[in-house]
Amino acid sequence: MIRITELVKRYPTRHGKVTVLDHVNLTIKKGEKIGILGRNGSGKSTMIRLISGAEQPTAGTIRRTMSVSWPLAYSGAFQGSLTGMDNLRFICRVYGVDFENRIPYVQDFSELGKYLKEPVKTYSSGMMSRLAFAISMAVEFDCFLIDEIMAVGDSRFHDKCNYELFEKRKDRAMIIVSHDSNFIMKHCNHAAVLVAGKLHSFERIDEAMTFYNEHSATV
Amino acid sequence: MLMNSEGLTGSLIIQSKIVRALLLREILTRYGRHNIGFMWVFVEPMMFTLGVIALWTFLGLHKTALPLVPFTLSGYATVLLWRNTINRCGNAVEPNRALMHHRNVRVIDLFLARNLLEIAGASISFIILLIFFSVIGQIEHVDDVLKMIVAWFLLAWFSLDMALIIGSLSVLNEAVERVWHVLTYLFLPVSGAFFMVDWMPKYAQKLVLWVPTVNCTELLREGIFGSMVHAHYSIRYLSIVNILLMLPGLLLIRYIAARVEGE
Repeated sequence: MIRITELVKRYPTRHGKVTVLDHVNLTIKKGEKIGILGRNGSGKSTMIRLISGAEQPTAGTIRRTMSVSWPLAYSGAFQGSLTGMDNLRFICRVYGVDFENRIPYVQDFSELGKYLKEPVKTYSSGMMSRLAFAISMAVEFDCFLIDEIMAVGDSRFHDKCNYELFEKRKDRAMIIVSHDSNFIMKHCNHAAVLVAGKLHSFERIDEAMTFYNEHSATV
Repeated sequence: MLMNSEGLTGSLIIQSKIVRALLLREILTRYGRHNIGFMWVFVEPMMFTLGVIALWTFLGLHKTALPLVPFTLSGYATVLLWRNTINRCGNAVEPNRALMHHRNVRVIDLFLARNLLEIAGASISFIILLIFFSVIGQIEHVDDVLKMIVAWFLLAWFSLDMALIIGSLSVLNEAVERVWHVLTYLFLPVSGAFFMVDWMPKYAQKLVLWVPTVNCTELLREGIFGSMVHAHYSIRYLSIVNILLMLPGLLLIRYIAARVEGE
C-alpha cells in the first residue's frame, strides 16, 4: 500500500513560492490502478516524482509498504555518457537484482542490437525510449509509476509495451499520470483530477472525466 | 529481491550497494574501457609523484640530511590524497542528477563514491611507489608501518570531511570551487609536505601544528624514518578536528539534499 497524507510541495521561484501540490491525500492498495488527470503544468509529474521518492515533500508524508518503481520509461533516469548496457548494470546494482540474466531480455525487447554498447547520448529519441522501457521492465515492482508513457516509439513497439505492462503485469498496482482521459479510462479502476494543486478523487472514471473536461475548458 | 529492508542495518546495506554501484559507474565514466582503463585511478597520481621526485632530484633542491626519495614521496603522496579527494567533490552532483530519480541514490552517496575512489587511488599509488622504491633500494627500510597507517587513515578522514564541506558549498555557490582551487595552491607551502616542523623556530612550530595535514605528515614521516627525525604531532588533536569537521559536512549535505531535485 502507498498512503499519501496531506502532501504539500512548494517551489521557490523569482516571484515567491509557488504551491504545486496543496494538501493532497491518496491511498493506493495492492493491485489497484489509479489514473491522475491534469493539464500540462498541473503538477502531475511532480506528484509522480514525490511518490517515487526522487524528491522530498515540503510537508506531509508518503508511506510505502510495497516496492515502488521510478517514473517508468522515463529516459531522464539514465546517464548519457554510459552505454545502454552499463546503464542496465547500474540500475540492477541499485535495485539489488542480478544483472547477467536480465541482459537477454533487454537485448531482445529493446531491439538495439550492437547499439547497446554505445553511449546513450548517441541514441535517437526512439532508441532511447526503447532502452528506457526495456530497462524499466527488467526490475520487478509491486507498483509502477507511469508518466505519459504512451508517447513512446512506433505503434508496433507501443503494442509490445502495452502487452508487457498491462497484460503480463496486470496484477500490479499502477499510478498512471496523463492528460489523455481515454488512456486512463482503458487501464484504470479509479481516477483523480489535479486542478490548482488540489487532488479531486472519484470512484468512477466517467465522473472524473466529466469533472476534468469541465475544468480544462474553463481554467 | 528488492531492497525494502527497514532499520539501520537495512539502510546500511542499501547504502553500501548504492555506493558500490556509483563507484563502478564513476570508474567507467571517468576512465572508460580504453587502454589501461580503471588503472588510471592510481597510475595518474603515481605519475605525478614520480615526476616531482625526478624534478627535485635533478634540480638539487633537496638540502637536508634526510634521504630525498622517501621525504619527497611522503610529502607528495599526502598532498595528492587531500587535494584530489577534496577537489573531486566540486562537481559531484550536477553530472549525476539523472541518477537521483532512483529513490535510494542520495546526494551523500554521490560524494562518498567519489571520495572513496580518490582515497583508494591515492593509497594504491602510495603503496606501489613505496614497494617500488624499496625494491630498487631508494628506501632502505620503513620504521613503523602502523604509524604510517594511522597517519594515512587520519588524513583520509580529514580529506573526506573537507570534501563534504567544500563539495556541498560549491553546489550552493559555484564561486566556492574556484576560490578553493586558489586556496589549495596558497595552502601548499604550509601543508607540511616540504618541511619538518622540527626545522622551524619554536613560535612557528606552535602555529603550524594547528594545521591538521602537518600533523598527519609528521606522523607519517616518523613511521618512515623512525628516530632519524624528531616529529611533532598530536593524534588526539587530529581525531578531535576530524570529528568536529564531520558535523558541518553532514549538515550541509542534508541541507542541499532537500534542494537538489531531479531534472
